[in-house]
Amino acid sequence: MLNVNSITKVFDPGLVSEKVALNRLNLTMAEGDFITIIGGNGAGKSSLLNAIAGKFFCDAGTISIAGNDITAFPEFKRAQWIGRVFQDPMMGTASNMTIEENLSIAIRRGKNRTLNWGIGKGEKELFYDQLRQLDLGLEERPRAKVGQLSGGQRQALTLLMATIRKPKLLLLDEHTAALDPSTGRKVLELTNKLVSEENLTALMVTHNMRDALAFGNRTIMMHEGRIIADIRADEKKRMEVDDLIALFEKSSKSALANDRMLLG
Amino acid sequence: MLEIIGNAVSLGILWAVLAIGVYVTYRMLDIADLSCEGVFPLGAAITARFISQGGDPFLACLLSILGGGLAGAVTGIMHTRLKIPILLSGILSMTGLYSINLRVLGKANISLLRIPTMYSKFQGVSGVGSSAATFAVGLAAVTLIVVILWWFFNTELGYSLRATGNNVNMIRAMGVDTDTMFMIGLIISNALIGLGGALIAQKQSYADIGMGTGTIVIALASVIIGEVLFGRNSVLQHMISVFLGSIVYRIIISLILEIDFTVPLFGRSFEIAVEPTDLKLFTAILVAAALSLPVLSKRIQARRALSARGEPKEEGAADAKR
Repeated sequence: MLNVNSITKVFDPGLVSEKVALNRLNLTMAEGDFITIIGGNGAGKSSLLNAIAGKFFCDAGTISIAGNDITAFPEFKRAQWIGRVFQDPMMGTASNMTIEENLSIAIRRGKNRTLNWGIGKGEKELFYDQLRQLDLGLEERPRAKVGQLSGGQRQALTLLMATIRKPKLLLLDEHTAALDPSTGRKVLELTNKLVSEENLTALMVTHNMRDALAFGNRTIMMHEGRIIADIRADEKKRMEVDDLIALFEKSSKSALANDRMLLG
Repeated sequence: MLEIIGNAVSLGILWAVLAIGVYVTYRMLDIADLSCEGVFPLGAAITARFISQGGDPFLACLLSILGGGLAGAVTGIMHTRLKIPILLSGILSMTGLYSINLRVLGKANISLLRIPTMYSKFQGVSGVGSSAATFAVGLAAVTLIVVILWWFFNTELGYSLRATGNNVNMIRAMGVDTDTMFMIGLIISNALIGLGGALIAQKQSYADIGMGTGTIVIALASVIIGEVLFGRNSVLQHMISVFLGSIVYRIIISLILEIDFTVPLFGRSFEIAVEPTDLKLFTAILVAAALSLPVLSKRIQARRALSARGEPKEEGAADAKR
């Protein structure tokens, strides 16, 4: 499904602030894989997601998705295969537009926009059904501006928008980190439900080790722009948070100085 | 007095075309496009030159629309393809257009006195007075524009354009080329501004190389006055507010010109008769005041919250709920 082949990205090359974000990184995902990504700050987790989404072009390496080489594709062209949810709840929706207008944009992800009405025949009913699944009461006010919603509601809506047209790949970049714990939990459960019901292929960055182990069928650990561990099905099921920390310290040859990663 | 207001209303209707054009970039795309100051006289110049040589005044408007759209495309190419910041792209267009406008006019100004315009033609057909003709033609033009824009902003393409002004991140993630959206928006906006120039040139029966100065501020004043007085809940309401804002602005301006102010200063009183040349200063102050309103109201709120410390804040309560 996804094939990331030896990609490298250096930010600010030649400057004092030079930073190797991705270092000859390889990753292959099969259809239906749900991978959680963990790693310290600056390990390159978000950079990996941004490289796949086309936020920037890589200095070297290739990326292909569903058999298409997308290495040279700009961000908007990759959107036909990729659904995304960002860390910042403000980033995934248009706040001045209504819930149904946002969903209408989402259901046309990757398609050519025409002069047909923005909300097509039968779509209002479809949106109603989809919104009801979120269990937030949003289906009763499709004409409310998204800016009036809370962070959690917006993130749930963004999740629906990313998946309403089934993506080949779903990218989740710490999408619950900016929410309060109980809302974050709800959004995470919703994520899990959507991914398993639709059998989505998904990459989820998280800071929470327990979540990383609890969700998905694979966990990858990143350090200094590389994948230092790839924990699969059975091994993952047996693993505890302490094992994960031990593995990290062994693989990265550095102690976990990041409290945020341990908590939860 | 009634006549003054009547004139102000019909002028306001004509200037609303400019205001709605600026609204498209300023509010829908969230960019400040200064090419307006060159495109407005471009529209006027094209129309004046064309009519003065015996051209049809309606066809003249069409040419002004095309000219404006073309200028918008040039600004758009500078901004999207050459990555020149929008403010600078607009200034470059505006500066370049000064020379082009002089070429189009052939001299510093063209008078259209005793030359048939849309308004005089309409008067001839309908038999109404001059100010009623302005009113009718202007209202027809604005209604047509608002209806077409309302339709456009509710199409798939229109949704994408609105989302581009709202959140580039989101709309790119949804597969829309934001550069194309900026191009479309700039073309529509400047086509309307060109038409605005054409309507005003025919109304005042002349086109002048200097008539673009301050148009962006006039348009912003109309947009902001409209929003404050009439709201902006939906796209349609927003456009109608801008239209009404333009009329209110003209009424304010004409009243200010009528009134002599007495300003007490240092224990003496100064008589100030506002001259038409003072209006640009007044408009600039008005827009600066309106634009600073959000900051000022936030400060006032903060001060209130500070003095009412101890009581539960509404905002915090709403956050905790979710």
